[in-house]
Amino acid sequence: MTTTIESPELIEPEEPGGPDAHGPAGHGADGHAHEHEHHGPKGILNWLTSTDHKMIGKSYMITALVTFFLSGAMALVIRSQLANPTSSLVNFQTYNELFTMHGSLMLYLFAGPFAFGGLANYIVPLQVGAPDMAFPRLNALSYWLYLGGTSVMTLSFMVAGGAASFGWVAYAPLSNSINSPGAGTDMWLMSLGLTGFSAIFTGVNLVATIFYLRAPGMTMFRVPIFSWNMLVTGILILIAFPVLFGAVVMLFCDRHFGTHIYSVQGGGVPVLWQHLFWFFGHPEVYILALPYFGIVTDIIPVFSRKPLFGYRGMVFATLSIAALSTGVWAHHMFTTGVVLLPFFSLLSYLIAVPTGIKFFNWIGTMWGGQISFQTPMLFSMGFLFAFLMGGVTGVLLASPPVDFMTHDTYFVVAHFHQVLIGTTVFAGFAGFYFWYPKMFGRMLDERLGKLHFWFLFIGFWIAFVPQYLVGLKGMPRRIADYLPTNGWTGLNQMSTVGAMIIGFSFLFFFANLVKSWRKPVVAGDNPWDGGALEWFTSSPPPHHNFTHLPPIRSERPVWDYNHPEHLKDEGHGDKRHREHDEREKTSVGASA
Amino acid sequence: MKVNGAFLAIIGIFFGIIGLVYWFTAYEDAGFLMLMGSALLGLLPGGYYLWWAKRMRPLEGDEPDASVADGAGVIDSFPGSSIWPFLLGMGALFATLTFIFGLWLAPIAAALGLSAVIGGVIESRRGGTV
Repeated sequence: MTTTIESPELIEPEEPGGPDAHGPAGHGADGHAHEHEHHGPKGILNWLTSTDHKMIGKSYMITALVTFFLSGAMALVIRSQLANPTSSLVNFQTYNELFTMHGSLMLYLFAGPFAFGGLANYIVPLQVGAPDMAFPRLNALSYWLYLGGTSVMTLSFMVAGGAASFGWVAYAPLSNSINSPGAGTDMWLMSLGLTGFSAIFTGVNLVATIFYLRAPGMTMFRVPIFSWNMLVTGILILIAFPVLFGAVVMLFCDRHFGTHIYSVQGGGVPVLWQHLFWFFGHPEVYILALPYFGIVTDIIPVFSRKPLFGYRGMVFATLSIAALSTGVWAHHMFTTGVVLLPFFSLLSYLIAVPTGIKFFNWIGTMWGGQISFQTPMLFSMGFLFAFLMGGVTGVLLASPPVDFMTHDTYFVVAHFHQVLIGTTVFAGFAGFYFWYPKMFGRMLDERLGKLHFWFLFIGFWIAFVPQYLVGLKGMPRRIADYLPTNGWTGLNQMSTVGAMIIGFSFLFFFANLVKSWRKPVVAGDNPWDGGALEWFTSSPPPHHNFTHLPPIRSERPVWDYNHPEHLKDEGHGDKRHREHDEREKTSVGASA
Repeated sequence: MKVNGAFLAIIGIFFGIIGLVYWFTAYEDAGFLMLMGSALLGLLPGGYYLWWAKRMRPLEGDEPDASVADGAGVIDSFPGSSIWPFLLGMGALFATLTFIFGLWLAPIAAALGLSAVIGGVIESRRGGTV
C-alpha cells in the first residue's frame, strides 16, 4: 500500500509582532490534517508494519534506552565488585562477561542507535521539511535488524559457556576458537553483523533524505546543524561499518572454517584485526559523538535566545573532525610497536582544533544571550564540562610517551567514560528532554528534570575523577580484584559511590516519565520557542509531517516566522534574499 | 547538488592525500587500502553529483529563493505500512543464527527471507515507485 504525498502549502507570516510568540497553533493538526490521517493497522500490527519515520524513531529510542539501563545495571555490578580488594561478588569469568557486554551494549547498541536510529530518524525529516525518510521500508528493515542484533547479543548470556568475555574490542588471538570457545562469542559476532547492516542502511537513508528531500528554499547551508551532523555521521557510518563487517566475517571464518587470517600459526597477522577494528572503531567514536554535538548545537541557541554563532564554522568543524577521525585509528595501537607514531600522533592532535572551534562557537552563542537554564540547557552545559575534561585528557593520550605510561590503565577508562557519558548521556538526555514534547505532545516536569541533572552531574565527577588518579597509580583496566596493599581501595570506593549516585539519578527520570503520562501537561507546537522546522508542525506531528510550511529564508525559518520584527535588524536570512526584498520594496515604492 | 557533490569530492580528495602520505611514510598496506577505499567512497558519488549538477535543473531545495509553491505537486509515493521489512529482518536474524546453531534453522531463514523479498517486490509493483 503506498500513499502519494502532495507538497505542503505555503503559509506567510502575519503582520510583524502579530502571531503568538509560541508558534502558530496547530499548523499540522488543524482542519487540513485529517486529509493526511493515517488509516493503517492498529496496535501491535501497527508497530510491526509501520514505515513511518516517527514510529521507527520512537521504537529505536525505546529499545536503545532499555539496552542502556540493562548495561548500566551491569556497570553497577562491576563497580560493586571493585569497591573492595579481593572481593568475590561475582567470579572472574562472569566479571569478564559483564565488562565485555557493558561495553558492547553501550557502544554498539545504545549510543549509536539512540542517536542515528532514534533521534535522527525522528528529527531529521522534520528539520529539513520532508514527509518521511527517503526509503521508508529500508528504514523499517534497519530497525528490525537492530532489534534482532540486540536480542542476539543480550541472549548470549543464556548459552553454555556464557557471553563473550574478551572486551568490546575482541582482540585476536584472544577471540579465536581456542581462547574463546562457545556460542556466546559467535552470537556476539553475529549481533555485530546484524547491527552493522542496520547502521549502514540508516546511514544511506540519512544521506539520501538530506540530499534529496529538503523542502524548497532549504539549501544545504540552511539545514540545522543537527541534521548537518547527521549527514556527516551517515557518511562516517558508510566508511566505518563495512570495514567492521569484513573484519567480523574474517574472524568468524578463522573460528569455524579453518582460515588463518588472524593467527600466526597459519601465516596470518593478529595485529591486522587491530588495524581493521580501529579503522572502524575510531570513526565509531565520532559516529557516537557528532550527533550529540548536533543536539547541543541546536539546543544552546534556543535557550540563549540568539542565533548560532558561526554556523559555517560549525559545518566546517564537523567535516574536519569526521575527516581527521578516519586517519587516526592507530593511536589506539601505539603500544603494539608496529605503527608510525608521528603520523597518528599529529593527526590526533589536529582533531583538537575543529573541536576547539566548536567549543568557542558554543560559548560565542551563549555570550550576551538571555540564557534560561531549563532542563535541556542544563544537560547541554553538563555536556560542555564533561566533554571538555574528556577531550583534554584525550589530547594527553595522543602523545605517545604519555600513552605508553597510561595505556590499559584506569586513566584511559576514565578518559573515554568522560567523553562518552558527556556526549551520549548528557547531550543525549538534553536532546530527549528537548524533543520529548514534540514527540509525545506533553511536557516533562522541570523540577524532576533538574534533580535528574544535578544528581547525574555530581555522581559523574565523583565516579570518574578518582579513576584518573587510580590509573596514574598503576591500576590496570579489566581486572576483577586487587590487593589491599596496592593502595587503590579508597579511590575505587569513591568511584563506586559516584556510580551509585548516577544510578540513583535515573529514578528521577523514571518518575518524570510516569508523571508526564499520568498527569500530562500539553506541550503545544513550540514550547521552547525554537527556530527549526520541527517546531512548526503539531506535537506530535501528523502522518507525513507537514500540511503547511513557512517561507525558508535562514537556518531558523520558524523563528523568522514568529518574530518578523527581528528579521532586518538581527540580519537573519541570506544577503541575497535581503537584497531581493529591498529591490521589491523599491519597485513597489516607485509604482506608488 | 553542487554543494553535495563538492562535499563528497572534498572528502574523497582528503582521504586520497592522507592515504598517499600514509603509504610513503608508514608502508603499511591495510591502512593504505582502507584510506584509498574511503577516497573512492567520496570521489565516486561526489563526481557523479558534480557531473549531474551541471546538466540538470537545480532542485527546489537548492534554490535560496524558492518558495513552497515552487515545489507544489506530488513529492513522491511513500509506502503506507508494510509487513515485509519485519519478515526480511527476521529472515536475516535466523540466517545468522543458522551459522551458530546449525543448518536446521536454514529453512526458516530461507522461507522468511524469500517470502519477504517476493512480497516486497510485488508490493512495489502494485503501488508504483516507492
